[in-house]
Amino acid sequence: MTAVLETRDLKRRFGAFVATNDVSLKIERGARHALIGPNGAGKTTLVNILTGVLSPTSGQVLLDGEEITNLPSHTRVKKGLTRTFQINQLFADYTPLEAVMLAILEREGLGSRLWAAVGSYRKTVDEAAALLARFGLASVMADRTNRLPYGKQRLLEIALAFASKPRVLLLDEPAAGVPEDERHEVLSIVSDLPADVTVVLIEHDMDLVFSFANRISVLVAGAIFAEGTAAEIAANPDVKAVYLGESA
Amino acid sequence: MLTILFDGIAYGMLLFILACGLTITLGLMNFINLAHGAFAMTGGYVTVVMMNRFGISFYWCLPAAFLASAILGGVLEATLYRRLYQASHLDQVLFSVGLVFMSVAAADYIMGGQQQLIQLPPELSGRTEIGGVGIGRYRLFTIVVCAILVVTLQLILAKTRFGSRLRAAVDDRRVAMGLGINVPAVFALTFAFGSGLAGLGGAMGAEILGLDPNFPLKFMIYFLIVVAVGGTSTVSVPSWQRCSLEWLTWQASTMYLR
Amino acid sequence: MSLPVQESVQTGAEEQHVDQSRAHRLMKRRSSVRSFELLIWLGALATVYLLPSKMLILTEIAILALFAVSLDLVLGFAGIVSLGHAAFFGLGAYTAGLFARYVTAEPVAGLLVAGAAAGLLGYATSFLILRGSDLTRLMTTLGIALMMAEAANQMAWLTGGADGLSGFSIDPILGLVPFDLWGRNGFIYCFVVLFLSTLVARRLAFSPFGLSLKAIKGNPVRAALVGVPVRRRLVTTYTVAAVMAGFAGALLTHTTSFVSPDVLAFHRSADVLLVLAIGGTGYLYGGIFGAIGFTLLKDALSVVTPQYWMFWIGLLLVILVLVGRARLTRWIDDLAERLPGFRGTKR
Repeated sequence: MTAVLETRDLKRRFGAFVATNDVSLKIERGARHALIGPNGAGKTTLVNILTGVLSPTSGQVLLDGEEITNLPSHTRVKKGLTRTFQINQLFADYTPLEAVMLAILEREGLGSRLWAAVGSYRKTVDEAAALLARFGLASVMADRTNRLPYGKQRLLEIALAFASKPRVLLLDEPAAGVPEDERHEVLSIVSDLPADVTVVLIEHDMDLVFSFANRISVLVAGAIFAEGTAAEIAANPDVKAVYLGESA
Repeated sequence: MLTILFDGIAYGMLLFILACGLTITLGLMNFINLAHGAFAMTGGYVTVVMMNRFGISFYWCLPAAFLASAILGGVLEATLYRRLYQASHLDQVLFSVGLVFMSVAAADYIMGGQQQLIQLPPELSGRTEIGGVGIGRYRLFTIVVCAILVVTLQLILAKTRFGSRLRAAVDDRRVAMGLGINVPAVFALTFAFGSGLAGLGGAMGAEILGLDPNFPLKFMIYFLIVVAVGGTSTVSVPSWQRCSLEWLTWQASTMYLR
Repeated sequence: MSLPVQESVQTGAEEQHVDQSRAHRLMKRRSSVRSFELLIWLGALATVYLLPSKMLILTEIAILALFAVSLDLVLGFAGIVSLGHAAFFGLGAYTAGLFARYVTAEPVAGLLVAGAAAGLLGYATSFLILRGSDLTRLMTTLGIALMMAEAANQMAWLTGGADGLSGFSIDPILGLVPFDLWGRNGFIYCFVVLFLSTLVARRLAFSPFGLSLKAIKGNPVRAALVGVPVRRRLVTTYTVAAVMAGFAGALLTHTTSFVSPDVLAFHRSADVLLVLAIGGTGYLYGGIFGAIGFTLLKDALSVVTPQYWMFWIGLLLVILVLVGRARLTRWIDDLAERLPGFRGTKR
C-alpha cells in the first residue's frame, strides 16, 4: 500500500533548538495512526509543518506521492489534508452554522462568489444543517461560538475539519480539556469516522490511543523514537520508560 | 561626498535617539504610540523658548528639554496611556493620532506656525577641518552626544538592576510581576525616560531637522520605519547602524530625484 | 446533562427537516434588508426636497460616507489597519481632474477611469500589506500615502503642486444632467454613486466572499485551514476598497471642479478613521452614520474655532477611545445582536 501521507527527513529549527529532528514518517491509506510522546516532544510542531502552518527548515512532505512541502495551508485543504487544533481555533463571532457553511462553500469552490447571499446556496445550507445535527450542534446552530460551552466548541472544532471532507485528517488531542462526562461524544465521533478517511491522532490518553489506533509512532525530543503496531508499542519497554513519570 | 556621509550619520543617530523611546514602548508595552513625535516637539519648543525668550545657554536647554518631556511623558502615562495597554492596536492608533492632533494644534496656538530658529553657540557653528574633510561642528556635536547616549543606554540595560528589571518585564510581564518586579513603575519610568529622550532629540534636532507645529506628523513615518527596521527588542548599536543606512539611502535617492 | 450522541442517533427525517428549515430561515434573515436601511436611503433622497439649501454639506457627507464605507471593507471586514487610505482617494481625485482637463469632462467616464486608477494602485500595493503585524501595515500604508503626496507635490507640472489642479469644468452627467449652482444635481450624482457602491459592498459582505473575510479577520490560520485562500481574498478586498475610495475622490473633483493637494494629506486618512470610530466598523453603515456625525461636528467646530478645530477633533478621538468605543456605540452592538448578518463587528 502506498503511503497517503509521508515525510522525508523533516527538520525544523528555532534558532539553536531543534523541534523536529529528521522525522521520516509514512502513514498508510485508511490507517488509524496515533502520534504519541511526552510533552514538548514536537508533536504539534510536526502537525503544523504537515498542514502548512509552519514551514520546515529542511525535508519534504508528500501527500499521495505529491510534494506539498511549500504549498500554503488552504491548498493542502483543497487536496484533502486538514486538521483540528489542540486549543480550539474557532471564529469567535460566527455561529456554528456560519462557520460550517464557510468550510463547505470553500470546499465546493464557491468561496469566491461575490454576489449571491450565503443563504441562497440551499444545498450547502442543507449539508451544514445535517453536519451540525450529526455532531449534536443543531440546537446551538444560531449561537455565537464564544458563548458556547466548551464541549460544544470542541465538537465544532472537529465539525469544521469534517466539513472540508478531508481524505487525511490530523486530530490534535481532540478530547483535550473536555470534561469527563462529555468525552464520549467526542470519542464516538472519532471512532465513527469513515474507513476511507486516514486519521492521525495526537493523544495523551492511552486508553483512547490503544482503543483507536492500529499503528503508533512515538515522538521524543523531535525524533521518532519508536514505531509499530499498537501491540508492539504497548509491549515496548523503552516506550514505557520514556513515559515513566509522565501523567498520561 | 564624505560630508554627506557624515551628515547621514548625524541624521541617523538623531533619528535613532528620537525613536529609541518608541522602540522601548512598543517592545515593552506593545503600545503603538504615534504621538511620540509630540514629546520630541515639546523638547524642541522648550529649548526654543528658553534660548530665545530667556537667553539661557544652549547647553542647559538640553537637559531641560529632556526633563520637560520626561515629566510630560510620565504624567500622560499615568493618567491616559496606562488605561489602553490592553486595547486593540486600532484603538491605540486612534488615541495617539488624537494626541497628535491636539499637540499640533496646541503648538500652533501657543508658538505660532512658523519654523523656529535658534542661535547655536559659536563653538558649535561652522565647520572644522579634520583630515582634510570639512565637517559641520554641530553635526559632530550631535554624533558625539548621541554616541554617548547609545553607550549609556546599553550600559543601563546590561549592567544595572533597573535594566535587568526592564528586560525581564519586556520578556514576560506576568512572570516579572510574579517575581516582585513593580511592573507598572517600570513602565512609567521607562515611558518617561523614552519621552525624555525624544525631547532631547527634538532639542538637538531643532537645528538639523527643523521645528514647527507639524513636526509630529512629518516625522511619524520615520520613527515607525526606525522601529520596524531596528526591531523592537533591542536598543543597540546594530539598530543605529541600520538607521543611518536608511537615512543615507533616503538622502541619496531624494538627491537623485532632484 | 443532555446526551447529544443519542440526539444525533435519534434524529429522524422529521428532526432533520426541522433543523434544515431553521438553518434556511437563519441564513435568509442574515442578509435580509432591515428597515433602518430603507429609512436611511429614502431619508437621504428626501433631503433633496426637504433640505434644498443644504445640498453642499450633504454632498460632502455623501463623499465622506463613500470613502468611509470603502475603508470599512479594509478595516472592519478584512481587519487591516490602514493609515494611508487617502492615497486612493487622492489618486482618484487627481485622475478625475486630469481626465476632465485633458480627455473629456464627462463625469461618469472620469469616475470609472479614476476608480480604475485607484484600483490599480490598490492592487499593486496590496502585496505589501499582506504580511506583517499591525505596525508594519501602519507603516506601509502611511508610507505609500506620504509618497503619493510627495509625488503630487513634486510633479507640479502635472498636478499644479501646492496650488492644486484647476482649469477645467465638468460637463453634464452622461451629457444630460448639468451640475447646477445649488449643488442639487451634484448631490444626486454623489448619492447615486454612494448608493450603488454600498449596494455592491453589501452584496459582497453577505456573499461567500464576505463570509470568508470576517473569518480571515477573526482567525486567519483557521480560515486557511478551512480552505480560504487568505492572500487572494485580501488582495481582492483591498483592490475593491481602493476603487471605491477612488470613486469618492473623483466625486469631490467633479462637484468642486478643483483638486486640492490636501486630498492626499494625512488628516484625510486620520479623519476617515475617526468617522469609522464614531460610526462603528464591520456593518457598512458605520461609514454612513459616522460621516454624518463627523461632518456635522466638524462644521459646528469650525464655526467656533476656525483655526484650531483640529484640537477638538483630536480631543474627541482621545475621549472616544478612553471612554471605550464599545460603550459609546453599545446601541450599535445591540443592533448587531439582533441582526445576525451584521455580527462580527468586534473591532
